[in-house]
Amino acid sequence: MEITTRSVWTLIHGMGFGGLYLLAGTGATFALYQAFQPVERDQASTHPSRLIGIYLSVMAALAWLAVLSGTYIIYPWYRASAPIGEHNLKAYPRALLLSSPSTSAWHSLGMEWKEHVAWLVPIAITMAAVVALRYGREIVNHPRLRVGLLAFVGTSLIASGVAGFFGAMLDKVAPVEGGQTIRLVKGDQR
Amino acid sequence: MSYTLLEPKSEGTTTVIQTKQSGPAAAAILAAGIGTLALGVLTILSDKSLASKNLLAFYKPTGSLSGVTTVAVVVWLAAWVLLDRLWKHRDVSLKKVNAVSIVLLAMGVLATFPPITELF
Repeated sequence: MEITTRSVWTLIHGMGFGGLYLLAGTGATFALYQAFQPVERDQASTHPSRLIGIYLSVMAALAWLAVLSGTYIIYPWYRASAPIGEHNLKAYPRALLLSSPSTSAWHSLGMEWKEHVAWLVPIAITMAAVVALRYGREIVNHPRLRVGLLAFVGTSLIASGVAGFFGAMLDKVAPVEGGQTIRLVKGDQR
Repeated sequence: MSYTLLEPKSEGTTTVIQTKQSGPAAAAILAAGIGTLALGVLTILSDKSLASKNLLAFYKPTGSLSGVTTVAVVVWLAAWVLLDRLWKHRDVSLKKVNAVSIVLLAMGVLATFPPITELF
């Protein structure tokens, strides 16, 4: 059982940072909706606002790691130009997708959308994390603030879902492969 | 700090609580809206203009994506710093800021969608 270093990076980017973000995102949306509803003053001491600020900060870190690793580590491998006359395009995913009308939209629609829309995620969630940390329990005194935060966190969740879906599909149709081969398990010889 | 007078809980008593101004939060939300719109506008620019595409290729292996995202992040942070300075000690209508920011966010998302980008 073997895996290449480029495959390891796509796993870290997609299933690590991106996957964890998606898992955390649903929790964050629910927590924001639930936790900052107006409560009686005497319940304030048990309010988990600080925990939510920390939770959103971890999500922001995951979002930044996902977009930076995607843009600066994996994307250059994906868009590398194939040498003129090269017929085996397996090592050049973009060229491979564009070489056939049946797969070209995975690049022109899927990758083109994914690579840009994903960047709104760290912007939205960093804003939400900073506001949650700065205001804490005070958010309940500004009901409209909760609406603004939910709109941005919800949209970031949808955007990360779009990026995750196309990332997974692109990795099925034209995976980023190459680099050193790492042997995970030595199989039995027949 | 601003002060909010709460409804009396029992006869003859009132509670006054200190609340933070909404300005810093409004600045953060509006700046995020501006940042996402900048991302969308730059996506269209890099797609439609060869000069912009070349200009935004800050890091060659990544192409114009490096410039589009870097400039969008810089616009977002600059807007945030500027608006925060302006509204730090003010109460700003979050209703209006939310409405404008959500429109900017929606426009930013739509502008990154390739069939929309193709319309320009």
